[in-house]
Order: sequence, then structure tokens, then C-alpha cells
Amino acid sequence: MVIALIACGVMAISGINPWLVLVLLVVWSGSLILAAVTPPPAAPPPRRSAFSEASISELIEHSSTPLLMTNRNRVSIANEAARRVLGNHIIDQDVRVAFRHPEAVALLQRDGPGSATIHGLARRKDIYLMNRQVMDERFAIIELVNQTTEAQVSRAHTDFVANASHELRTPLASIIGYVETLQDDGDSVPQATRKKFLDTIQAEATRLQSLVSDLMSLSRVEAEKHEEPDEQVALKQLIETAARDAAGLERNAQIAFDCTEDVVVQGDERQLEQLVRNLVDNALKYGAPGAVVSISLDRPEANRARLRVTDQGEGIAPEHLPFLTRRFYRTDPGRSRAYGGTGLGLAIVKHIVERHRGLLDISSELGRGTTVEIRLPISLSA
Amino acid sequence: MGRKYYDGTVQVMAEHTVKAFDEDITRLRGLIAEMGGLAEMSIQEALDAMINGDEELAAGVVARDKKIDVLEAEVDKLAVRIIALRAPMADDLREVIAALKIAGVVERIGDYSKNIAKRVDRIEGRKHFEPLTLLPAMGEIAAEMVHDVLTAYAARDPVLAREVIATDNKVDAFYNSIFRNVVSFMVENPATISSAAQILFVARNLERIGDHATNVAEMVHFAATGNYPPDEDR
Repeated sequence: MVIALIACGVMAISGINPWLVLVLLVVWSGSLILAAVTPPPAAPPPRRSAFSEASISELIEHSSTPLLMTNRNRVSIANEAARRVLGNHIIDQDVRVAFRHPEAVALLQRDGPGSATIHGLARRKDIYLMNRQVMDERFAIIELVNQTTEAQVSRAHTDFVANASHELRTPLASIIGYVETLQDDGDSVPQATRKKFLDTIQAEATRLQSLVSDLMSLSRVEAEKHEEPDEQVALKQLIETAARDAAGLERNAQIAFDCTEDVVVQGDERQLEQLVRNLVDNALKYGAPGAVVSISLDRPEANRARLRVTDQGEGIAPEHLPFLTRRFYRTDPGRSRAYGGTGLGLAIVKHIVERHRGLLDISSELGRGTTVEIRLPISLSA
Repeated sequence: MGRKYYDGTVQVMAEHTVKAFDEDITRLRGLIAEMGGLAEMSIQEALDAMINGDEELAAGVVARDKKIDVLEAEVDKLAVRIIALRAPMADDLREVIAALKIAGVVERIGDYSKNIAKRVDRIEGRKHFEPLTLLPAMGEIAAEMVHDVLTAYAARDPVLAREVIATDNKVDAFYNSIFRNVVSFMVENPATISSAAQILFVARNLERIGDHATNVAEMVHFAATGNYPPDEDR
């Protein structure tokens, strides 16, 4: 400024047009004034909420729980899990497109937070718990909790208890019936009939006993399911003993055992014995009477032992195969009971195989017979 | 559409009408989904009521039908308003027309469920009435079709729509087999003819529900692709 004044003074003295000097002075000092004043603060950025849509989206994207954010009546964000359940199309759609179940619609139209259980959200048989948290008058967060498995587990549990009670009651009913008959008019019953009654009572009592012991082993195997078995078991001897044991003296000749090499696996000796017993027992029971049951043990891969039990029975229809290891599942209930089966044999086998990290495979051809194949990992350290 | 800011303002004013149209279509689709959800629930509950003889549940289904009717009227009003005010073209027009037709069909599906529910108290001796056991499997397939077609509509998925169309054969086959079964049951048990006849009507209703789901599937296919699915699927 001072420099500008002095310069203009010099110019005026040196005889330059005073008007020109004046204009120069005004422009010069004016520009200096403009430059000196700090520019007015820029308009403050539009006030954003503490969160932005992008940051929320990033935050919830990888959560394994399905999460959605709604903006008024639209879905504005849905994380990966939610898109997997409801489909990719729901983004930016009306929330009712994502949740059309009447209970869900009622929940969405409510002002405050809340939750509802939705049957048949994405698939017809699934069950989800839907939690809705309202953030403000525009935004709400919806969380979905899949309860399908829980419902199935609790249902399986109820079914099991119902089945088990039913199975226990049936032999008891006939035992009680026959005992009552013998008590009431035992003297008038001919000797032969009385013998028949007593035999039935004994057969039913035996069945009850084996059912209870099967139930106990099943629950024991299930309880130990997550503990790795730690014994070194040589399979050849074990299989042979268990198979002969299952066959008993009178059916011993029906067993053909073929073993190329002995294999040692890490396992639970008692359980593996039971596994073989159950398989051989099944094969003898459902195979053709008198026909040979062949058992073989080999080692098709370096780290797997393979046990096969093959019968020559009438085979199992393919539609039954997926359910054979279910508890109390029977392809032919009448026949199974006649043989004293408990309906638990293969369920126990399955659990034992699972505990040994093995594989169970059942193949069957109608009219030809059934082969049960079990592969067990071999402990290479042994 | 312009960049949407968090406070909801849209930057580009020229696209205002597009946004309004988009808002209307979204609402329309939401209404249809809501109707569908109600209809779906009605089928399930009508069947449950029929099989267990639950008259209270049946009354709930009958009452729900009113709600479906109200929603249909709302869809009609909104669709007509969109056509009148926004004059949609091409795929937008297809969308609106499809919504209009689908709403009508979903309403019919609700009616059939109501009809099933109304027959609940006309079945006598329910406990030992064999023909009842034929219904759940058929009802399951019909309900599945409705569920899938609504999902196909929501996702604009022509592939799923065609799957639904293909399933209709199963429902028809079921209907024929139930018909034969019930007729022979009537011959053997003339005393239960009036109840058995009700079962025939219920099966007929389920079969019609399947047909209507197929219709919706065709419209979904049309709205998504611009043409009706080829004949071999039908």
C-alpha cells in the first residue's frame, strides 16, 4: 500500500497524466485490499448424520446374519447374507417385495421396533425370526435369525421320544397281556398253550432288553461323538471275533471272511466290535436263509481301510436307502419286529462311523442283496 | 435417476417425473407382494383348517379375503392412475398391465382358499375319513407353486416362472388321481357321499389355484421378457 502511494507520487511528480496516475492508484490499492481480506468462509458442507449409507453398508456387508436397512418403504441396504436369503432383486424395492408374509407386513407397518416369527420367508418350510429396530422416522434396521434348524432339532427330539416310548410300549403290552391271562385262568390253559405264552413273554422281554441296551449304546456313542477315539485297533482279529459272536454257533458256517492284510486303525475297540456285530447281524437277519454272508477287509487306498459286508437277500428298494440310518426307520416294520430288530442298529453304526471320521455307504440291488461298505482312516503313525 | 443424497434430495430436477413414476411402480409392486403374502397364507391355513377341522382358523381365512379384496381395489386404482398421469411406455407399460392382471388373479387365488375354508364344517366324521389324507400332498404342491410364482414376480425371474408352469402338470395329475380315488370311495361308502363330494370340490379348488399360479407365471414371464413362454411348457 505504502509502496503504491510512493510509486504513484513519483509518477505524478514526474509529469505523467494525473488522471492516469489516479486510476492506477485506485486499481493497485483496490487489488491489494481485495487480496488482504480473507475470503468469506466457504458454505458449510450440508449437515450429514454421523453415519452415511456407504459406511453402514460396509459395516454390515460381511456379517453372517442377514441384515437390511430400510428407508421409508424401500430396502436401501441388504448385506450379503440377506441377499443370499431373499435374492439380489430386493435392493431399492418396496420392503413388501422382500417380506410379503402378512406377519412381516404388519411388523413393517408398525411405528416402533418389534419382532415377528415368519414361517416360509424364502422357502416354504423355513422359519425366521425377524427383528426390526427403528432408527428415526425414515430408517429402520431389520435383522433375520434363521430358526429352521432349531425347529427341526427340537422336532427330531420330540419324534425320538415319541418313537422310543412307542417301541418300548409295544412289547410291554403283550407281556402284560399274556401274564394277566396266565394269572387269571392259568389253570384252565392247556400246557402247550401256556408254554407258547411263556415263550412269547420271553421273546418280548428279550426284545425289550435289547432295545434298552441299544438305546443306551446309542446315547453313549452320541455323547462321545466329539471325542476322538485313541486306541490302536487291529481290525482283522476284531472283525473275525465280532462276526462269529454275532452269528452265534448255529449260523457260524454262513460267514465267509476274506482278509488280505491286517489293518490297524485308531479307534474305539468296543464300538468297532459293536459296529461289526450290528452289520453282520443285519446281513444274517435280512439275507436269504442259509445263504452266505461275505465279509471282507482290505486297503484300497494307502490311508483307508475298507470293510464290506455283503448279503444275498432280497435287497432294499432305492427309495428307502436315504433313511436307513434314521432311528426306528424300518423298510418293513412287521418283518423287522419278527426278527427282534430294534430299528436302531444302523443308527448306531452311523454314529460310530462318524466318530471314527469314516464313510458309510450302502448299496443294494433288489433281488440280489445289499452291501454295506465302511471306510475308516488308517492311523499312519502305527 | 440422479444421485440420491442421504437427505433424499435428488440432484437432477429434470428427472423428477422419473422418480415419481419409479415411486409409483415400487408401491404397486409392494401392494402385489402384500396381496400375494396374504393369499399364500390363506392357502396354507385353509388346508390346515380343512385337515384338522379347525373352524376358527377357517373363519380367519374367510375374514382375510376381505383384506385381499381391499388391496386389489387399491392396486387397480394405482395402476389406472399411473397409466392416466404418467402414460408409461414399453417395459414400464408391460409392468403396469402385468400388475393389474396379476392382482386380479391373486384375488381369485384368495377366493379359492376362502372357498376351501368355507367347506371345513361340512365334512362329517373327520377322524376316520380317508379321502382327507389325499389333500395335504396336493395342497403342498399348489402352495409351493404360488410361493414360487410370487418370488418369480418379485425377482422378475422368467426362469423360475417357467418352472412354475412346468409344475402345473403335477397338480393336474394329482387332481385326476384324487378324483378317481374319491369316486371309488363314494361307491364303497355311500353314507359319506356328501362329505366326499366336499373333498372333490376342495381338490378342484386346489387345481384351480395351480392353474392361476400358472397364469401369473405367464404374466411374470411376459413382464420380464416381453413375450409369453413357449407352448411346450404349458
